[in-house]
Amino acid sequence: MPESSSQVPILEMRGVSKRFGAVQALSNVNFDAYAGEVVGLVGDNGAGKSTLIKCVAGIHPVDDGEIWFEGRRVHVQNPKDATDLGIQTVYQDLALCDNLDVVGNLYLGREQTSRLPLDEVSMEKRSLEILRTLSVSIPSVRTIIASLSGGQRQSVAISRAVMWNSKLVILDEPTAALGVLQSHQVLKLIKNLREQGLAVVVISHNLADIFEVVDRISILYLGRNNGVFNVHGTSQEQIVGAITGAEFGNNNQETAQNHKRKGGSSK
Amino acid sequence: MSSMANDPRIVSEQSGNLIQRWWHRFGQADLGSLPIVFGLIVIWLVFQAANDKFLSPLNLTNLLSQIAALGTIAVGAVLVLLLGEVDLSAGAVSGLCAAVMAVLNVKSGVPGPIAVLAGLGAGVVVGFFQGFWVTRFKIPSFIVTLAGQIGWIGLLLFVLGETGTVNLRDNFIVGLAGTFLKRDVPNGELYSWLVGILFILIFAGSFIWERQRRKDAGLQFRSIGGLIFQIAVVAVLVIGMLLITDADRGLPSSMVFFIAILVLFDFITQRTVFGRHIYAVGGNPEAARRASINVTFIRISVFVLASMLAAFGGILAGSRLLAVNQSSGGSDLLLDVIASAVIGGTSLFGGRGTVWSALLGALVIGSISNGMDLLALPSPIKFMITGGVLLAAVTIEAISRQRRESAGR
Repeated sequence: MPESSSQVPILEMRGVSKRFGAVQALSNVNFDAYAGEVVGLVGDNGAGKSTLIKCVAGIHPVDDGEIWFEGRRVHVQNPKDATDLGIQTVYQDLALCDNLDVVGNLYLGREQTSRLPLDEVSMEKRSLEILRTLSVSIPSVRTIIASLSGGQRQSVAISRAVMWNSKLVILDEPTAALGVLQSHQVLKLIKNLREQGLAVVVISHNLADIFEVVDRISILYLGRNNGVFNVHGTSQEQIVGAITGAEFGNNNQETAQNHKRKGGSSK
Repeated sequence: MSSMANDPRIVSEQSGNLIQRWWHRFGQADLGSLPIVFGLIVIWLVFQAANDKFLSPLNLTNLLSQIAALGTIAVGAVLVLLLGEVDLSAGAVSGLCAAVMAVLNVKSGVPGPIAVLAGLGAGVVVGFFQGFWVTRFKIPSFIVTLAGQIGWIGLLLFVLGETGTVNLRDNFIVGLAGTFLKRDVPNGELYSWLVGILFILIFAGSFIWERQRRKDAGLQFRSIGGLIFQIAVVAVLVIGMLLITDADRGLPSSMVFFIAILVLFDFITQRTVFGRHIYAVGGNPEAARRASINVTFIRISVFVLASMLAAFGGILAGSRLLAVNQSSGGSDLLLDVIASAVIGGTSLFGGRGTVWSALLGALVIGSISNGMDLLALPSPIKFMITGGVLLAAVTIEAISRQRRESAGR
């Protein structure tokens, strides 16, 4: 486990509940993320993964429960609150403009100018630096997005999410649409983010990917916590059991990383 | 990516003779506006073969003054197409705004410059109304502006009143399109050449400056040969246009306005944040919204600019014809405007194209119309040929796009 695991979590959700009409999407859910760590958020369809991250990203404010960020209690009411805190989310659709080049997309909505005209030189220079820091390889930062492969697009979207002083990056199914080589490329990038000291949350159905890149796995089942596992010393079968609910309710006490939850879990 | 260099499937990059490699690159490359430039040359050669007056200074000067109004309106059409929308009201708006100007000036005695500003103001109001309607009620712009095209023609007829034709006599208004800038050394009139040479210098200067900045910043920069070639092409075009028009009456002032508008809007679309956001909204509105771009503001502004350009085009057309009447902005003007934008290479699906396509497209449409008038061809033939050229132009665009995509680019 990374050194930081003994520190205060950068994101701590305590007893979060969210209800949509007759559906209790989340009930009393706890979730932590630490700087310099990749945490996997796993669960079957409808388990509440998307609802949980949308609560963090400010798309659905929570009904009940607390969100703590960097040791402070925060109220995330809208997406701007989340970005102001340094929380960035990369959704599956990536939200890139196919007709703009890599630089244009990295700076979309945050364009730099030298007085009136766009300062293309500074933007291109900084884009190259960012991509180099993250070891993202792209033929040219002046290629339009439409000409890039799926893995390269994902890499551009992730780079954009982390280049604005982000502290926590949430990736929704980052490898779902990718081939083997391209998945590898993106997983490498996720590891780089960890090296840079960011907190990364990865939502994925692909357990092989999860096991390759993640330090800790948090499992949701029907809107409730169903265990937190350290990937080291946990088998895929155990995870599958927790995802499908075969072991529901049995492992809340026996989770490998239970100590990390600082006793705030039941309040 | 290093794995791509060793990809065993890529065979033609390294193998084959020069012609095969060239053909392969030809297939993959974004040909840009080359096919349409080639097409324009073919059109000119065909008409010149049919009538040797086609490429005479007299006729080419006529051609330039004919396309200025069409091209100005087409710049607005390009802006709207870049958003992924379409403005079917451009024709009627140009007529309406010209009528507002003409009636204010001739019937109410408002001074020319103020009447022109009022005409442009009418364009702003119309554009805001249409942009607001499209964004507020989320109705496709196709429908809103179609309703506009019909409604504004009604308003045009109402504004013109019973006589139906307003003849323009005001010196300022007539002079907008009716002035010819000619080199006249004894009288010290060199404005057209001064402006032309200034244009080339600014163009060359900005390219050289940008190259130097990129070089200083350690970024990739263009080869000096390519730079000189591009500057030389622009210089030849500008000086050629000045020489040809000098051999006749001179450079039409409407063409000066048109080129100034092209340069201004090229700057706005390519070099400003606002322009970047137009492309972003046209490429992926949802991505633009999430990047906290004010999509509604961008959309409404572009509709306002488009209607304002349509108004100015209508005013130039009225100035050239010395009258505004019931058919102003009617008949096939709208179709020519949209055709110009599309022939010039602007995509109907948003986010792709430049304002220069208005110039290229207007030259193609204008040349065909002018050439067929010169040959005294009947209008059925004119319509069919224009339609055929439009279809050919978009087909070339579609094929080159498909080849690009199949080549994985």
